[in-house]
Amino acid sequence: MTIHNLYIFDRSGILLYYAEWNRLKQSGITREEEAKLMFGMLWSIKSFVCKISPLDTKKGFLCYKTNKYALHYFETPTGLKFILNTDVNAQNVRELLYQIYRQVFVEYVIKNPECNLKEPIKSELFKSQLDAFVKQSPIFGLKSY
Amino acid sequence: MSRQGTRLDQKKVNSELFTLTYGALVSQLMKDYENVDEVNKQLERMGYNIGIRLIEDFLARTGTGRCYDFRDTAEKIQSAFRLYLGISPQIMNWSSSGDEFSLQFDSNPLTEFVELPDHCLNLKYCNVLTGVLKGALEMVQMDIASCFVQDHLKGDPCTELRVKFIKRLEDAIPAGED
Repeated sequence: MTIHNLYIFDRSGILLYYAEWNRLKQSGITREEEAKLMFGMLWSIKSFVCKISPLDTKKGFLCYKTNKYALHYFETPTGLKFILNTDVNAQNVRELLYQIYRQVFVEYVIKNPECNLKEPIKSELFKSQLDAFVKQSPIFGLKSY
Repeated sequence: MSRQGTRLDQKKVNSELFTLTYGALVSQLMKDYENVDEVNKQLERMGYNIGIRLIEDFLARTGTGRCYDFRDTAEKIQSAFRLYLGISPQIMNWSSSGDEFSLQFDSNPLTEFVELPDHCLNLKYCNVLTGVLKGALEMVQMDIASCFVQDHLKGDPCTELRVKFIKRLEDAIPAGED
């Protein structure tokens, strides 16, 4: 199992934070472009999924999987969006995303008055805490590249 | 994770320290602005800035999802008061259309040792709370207005905060999307 990368968007689509771990192939476009496409795609998937759902959607769109990777999506009621790309075998990623929100994002960004919530996160403390948190997860795997 | 803060969360901050700190804040604002209306405004603004962050902590702690109606919201607001201030205001006086209710406070840790002097009878001492509600609910796409209709400090039998639902805020659509 492994984790490829993480995006955090705010409600309006600003990329607050990006991190990557075992990402072996780049998309070939700039980070901004990639983030914009990612947000646009998620926005479209989310609204379409709700439209074709036979029942009222409660949690809406959660993840999709290709034969090479899986994208996991977690949105808070405040509209913060956490996206984690993993390999296809990863289990309980949703739980991990929630823990990242709860134990890292809220603790080191929301409770840090230095962090402006409408700008990309620059806090080094957040970076190192997030990195450590992701690496200790069983989903990250023991293999280090 | 060796941060002290996460462990401190379990403990409670001495409530008198909290009360006195808030009192010091309000009286300093009175000195700085020398104008009651301006102080009311500043308190609300501070509350707003607290609210937009506090909501994230509330959601992370309680793992709560979206509200299905405004009554649901009222109950969650009540539980937040319990979580953060250790008090349970009563929810009452629903308007017939269900878009307005009151929170009635029997005790309020903010006002414990407070007496308002004569020249600041217009001071909304707890106005920070209206700001917190506004900020927090705005983050979950709800526009509300709230104000104190009764205040224990002004001789009313209790403190009553009236909360009114105005509208739902829609999610912004990314540029270039329909």
